Amino acid sequence: MTLATKRSSAPTNPSVPRTSPAGRIVRSVLRRPSGATAAGFLIVLVILAVAGPLIYPHDPDAQDLANRFAGLSWPHPLGTDEFGRDVASRIIQAARIALAAPLISVGVALLIGLPFGLWAGLRRGIVDAVAGRLADTILSLPAMVGALAILAVLGPGLVNAMVAIGIIFAPGLFRVVRGATLAVAEETFVHSAVAIGSPTRRTLWVHILPNIAAPLLVQVTILMGVALLAEASLSFIGLGVQPPDASWGSMLKAAYTNQFDAPYSVVPPGIAMVLTVLAFNTIGDAIRDAVGLRRGR
Amino acid sequence: MTPLLSVEGLTIDLPGRQPGLVEDVTFQVREGHCTALIGESGCGKTLTSMAILGLLPAAVRVSAGAVWFDGVDLLACTPRQLRRIRGGPVGMVFQEPMSSLNPTMTVGDQIAEARRLHLGERRKTALARARELLERVGIPNAARRIGSYPHEMSGGMQQRVMIAAAIACEPKLIIADEPTTALDVTIQAEILALLRDLQRDLDLAVLLVTHDLGVVADFCDDVVVMYAGHIAERTTVDGLFYQPGHPYSSALLAAVPQVGQARSRLTVIPGRVPSAGGFPAGCRFEPRCAHAEPPCREPQPDAPLGDGLTRCGRVASGELTLQGALRG
Amino acid sequence: MSTRMIIRRLGGGLLVLWLVSILTFLLVHLIPGDPAEVIAGENATVADVTRIRAELGLDRPVLTQYVTWLSGVLRGDLGNSLFTDKSVVTSIAEVAPPTLVITVLAIVVAVLVGVSAGTVAGLTQGSRVDRLVSTLATLGIAMPSFWLAMVLVSVFALTNTWLPATGYASLAEGFGTWLSHLVLPATALGLATAAELARHTRGCVADVLTRPYVRTARARGASGAWLVRRHILRNAAIPVVTVLGLQAGRLLGGAIVIEAVFGISGLGTLAVNAVLQRNYPVIQGYVLLCAVVVVLLNLIVDLAYGWINPKVRTA
Repeated sequence: MTLATKRSSAPTNPSVPRTSPAGRIVRSVLRRPSGATAAGFLIVLVILAVAGPLIYPHDPDAQDLANRFAGLSWPHPLGTDEFGRDVASRIIQAARIALAAPLISVGVALLIGLPFGLWAGLRRGIVDAVAGRLADTILSLPAMVGALAILAVLGPGLVNAMVAIGIIFAPGLFRVVRGATLAVAEETFVHSAVAIGSPTRRTLWVHILPNIAAPLLVQVTILMGVALLAEASLSFIGLGVQPPDASWGSMLKAAYTNQFDAPYSVVPPGIAMVLTVLAFNTIGDAIRDAVGLRRGR
Repeated sequence: MTPLLSVEGLTIDLPGRQPGLVEDVTFQVREGHCTALIGESGCGKTLTSMAILGLLPAAVRVSAGAVWFDGVDLLACTPRQLRRIRGGPVGMVFQEPMSSLNPTMTVGDQIAEARRLHLGERRKTALARARELLERVGIPNAARRIGSYPHEMSGGMQQRVMIAAAIACEPKLIIADEPTTALDVTIQAEILALLRDLQRDLDLAVLLVTHDLGVVADFCDDVVVMYAGHIAERTTVDGLFYQPGHPYSSALLAAVPQVGQARSRLTVIPGRVPSAGGFPAGCRFEPRCAHAEPPCREPQPDAPLGDGLTRCGRVASGELTLQGALRG
Repeated sequence: MSTRMIIRRLGGGLLVLWLVSILTFLLVHLIPGDPAEVIAGENATVADVTRIRAELGLDRPVLTQYVTWLSGVLRGDLGNSLFTDKSVVTSIAEVAPPTLVITVLAIVVAVLVGVSAGTVAGLTQGSRVDRLVSTLATLGIAMPSFWLAMVLVSVFALTNTWLPATGYASLAEGFGTWLSHLVLPATALGLATAAELARHTRGCVADVLTRPYVRTARARGASGAWLVRRHILRNAAIPVVTVLGLQAGRLLGGAIVIEAVFGISGLGTLAVNAVLQRNYPVIQGYVLLCAVVVVLLNLIVDLAYGWINPKVRTA
C-alpha cells in the first residue's frame, strides 16, 4: 500500500507536541456519524461479550428438544436451533469468540510483523532483503491456502486457526510497518535524534512508533474484520471452532445443515457477523480519512 | 463587420457559495485576428475561456450573459449543438500538454478523433489526415510519430500535437489557454511562431489567454485586461503599450523588465489579488494602486475610452494619464 | 510489454515458486516431535510409523530429501497420498476442474458486475445510483462469501427451485446443466470481489474525470459512450487491473468454503480433508498448484497491464 506520510520540513518530531495523536484520531473518528455508530456497536459488543452470562435470556447450552427450530417469539427473540437452544443467547455467547479470535490473529501478526518491520525499515540490509523475500513469497499464496498449510502442521482448532491466520497476516503488516518506518526514518528529525546520540530504543519509542501508529492502526482495524471472516470460514469447513463451542461461523454451519427445517436460521449469525465486520471496516476507513492516508492496499 | 466571437456580460458563479467569480465580462474576437485575455492567475481569465465552450467544472455556473459565435448563442445551445461546435469550428489548446493529452491513446488517434467525430471519417482516413497535420505543425518523421504515445514526446512536441488536434477540422477560432506557460523559454518562442504562422495561413481567429505580456506584444491585435473577476481595461495592443487606460495595466507593464523578452513574470505589484467574495466595494485594484484617491473607494462604472473601455474613473475623466512602456 | 520485461516477470514468478517449494517442503519438518508419529496418529503401529517415515524419506538428511522431492516435483511426481495408493497428481487432477471453473467464472462475475457498477457510480457521483452502489459495495466487502452463498441458495434453490442447490455437473451432461450448477457458486464467490472492484473502479473513474485530458477530449466534441470508452475507462482500468490481480488469488482461496457450501468435491474439499488427515503430500501438491495458478494469474495481469498502459509497454 502506498503511504502518504506527511513530510515535515522542520527537524522536529511532529508527534511531540502535547496534543496526543491518539486523542486526535479518536476524536476525529467519533465526530463522523458512521465512525461513532461503528464505535458504539463495538462497545456494545464488548459489553455483551464480557457481561454475557449476566444478560443471556437463557442458558445458551440448555437444550429443549420439544422446542426445536422455534420461530421468533418473546421468550426466544431469535428462535431456537436444532437442539432447542436459544439462538439469541448463543449469539451473545459467541460474541466472545468474535472478539477474541481476531485479537489472537492480529496479536500474532503484530508480534511477527512489528519487530521485523521496524528492523527492516531502520537497518535495511540483509534482514530487510530476506524478510522482504519471505513476505513476498507468503503473500503470493491466497490467505486461505496459506492458512490451510499452516493448519496442517498445527492441527485444527480455534486457537490454531487464528494463529495460522495471524502468520498469514504478518507479511502484510511487516510491509506496512517497514514502509512507514522507512518514510519516517528519512525525516530530518530522526537524523537529528541519531546525531545527538539518542539510543536506538529511544529513537524507536519516541520518534518512530508514534509516527507509524496511524497506518498501523488502520491496518490492524481492517485486519480485525478480515480475521473474523477468516475465523468464520475456517469454522465453517470444520478447521476452526470445534463443537460444542459456538462461533457465529460454526452456528452458520449448523444452520446450513438444517436449512430445510429452518431456512431463516442462517440470518441471525450472518447479520451479527456482517455488522461486526462492517464496524471494523468503518472505523478503519474513518481512521484512514482522519489521518489523511490515501486509500489503497 | 460583426465579430466572430462576442462575449457579452458573462457572469460566472459558484452557486450557493460564491457569486461573481467572473462578472460582466464583454469582449470580441474579430475574424482572423487575435485577442489576448491577460491578468494574474486567479483573475478569472481561464474560467472565462472555459465558459465559451461550456467546459466549466461541474460546480461552477454561468448565471448571466451570452456568447455569440457565428450568430449562435453558445450558452443557449443544447449539449448536442455545443458538441458540434467543440473541436469543429472552435478548437482549443490547453496549458499543460503532458496532462492534457490522453496517456493511453496514440497522438495520431487523438488528432484524428475530431475528424472522426465531426466529419464521420473512418479511422484510416482520419489517421492519414492526422499525419499531414503533424507535418504541418512541424513534427519530423510524422508517419512514425503518428503511432507514438504522448509520454514518448517532449513537452514542445506534445504542444504541437495539441495544436494539430485543435486545427484538425479547419476551425475558424482557436481558444488557447496559456499555451506556452508550461514550456521552456526556447520552446515557447517556437510554439508562438507556429501559432502565428497557422493564424496567418489558415486565417484563424485566436483567443489567447496568457499572463505573459511578451506574448501579447508579439502576436495580438486586441487586449482584454482582467483583474479580480472583471475587465479592468479593453484596448488594442498599441493602446496597451503606448497609453494604458488603467493603473493595473500600467503596473503590469512596469513589472516587465523589458517588453519583448520572453518569460516575463508579473511579480512586483505590491499586495495580492483579492479573492472572490473579498472584493473591495469600490475599484477592485484600489488597495494596490499607486494612483488611488479617496473617490476610488466608490464603485467604478466602466467608461468608454477610445475604441475600448476602462474601469478607472480617474483615467476616464482625464484626471489621470498613465505612462506606457513605449513612447510613440 | 517488451520481451525483456516479460522474461524478467517470468523469472520473478519462478523465484517465488521456488521459495514456495521450500516453504511447502519444510511444512513436514515444522511439525513438533517426530513427524512420522504425528502423521500416523495415536493408534498407529510401529510398522505404520516406519512405513510413513520411509514414504516421506524422513530418515535421510534434509537437503537430500529436498533435492529428491524437488526433482520429483519438476518431473511432475508429487508422491503418493498417504492413505490411498493414488498419486497426488492424479488425486488433484480428478478434483481440480470444478474449482478452477468456478474460480474463473467468479472472476468473470466480479469484473462484469464490479467494473460496470463502479463505472456507473463514478460517472454519476453523488447520485442515488452512486450511493446505492457504494452501500452495496461496503456490505459486500463485510459479508462472508459463504453466507451470501447460503442466502442465494435459500432464495434461488430452496424457496424458488430455479437452480440446483448443490453439486457439480460435468460439461458432458450438457452445457445448460453444467452452467446451472455453476451460477450460484460463481456468483457467491465473485460478488465480494465485485464489491472491492466496484469501490476501486468508482474511485479511479472519479479521479480520471478530473484529469485535464478528459476536458481536452470534451473540447474536441467527444461525449457519452465515446468519451467513456476511449478516454475514461482505459485510463481508469490501469489501477483496477492491479487490484484484480491481487483479488484473483483470493478467489482461489475463497473457493474452499464455497465448495463446502455447495457440496462440490473440488480442490478445497481435497485440501481440507488432507489437513484433517495430515496427508502431507496432498497438501504440498495443493499449495504448489495454488502458487502456480497465482503466479500465472499475475503474469496474465502483468501482460494485460502492459497492454492497457503504454508507458509500461515501451519502458
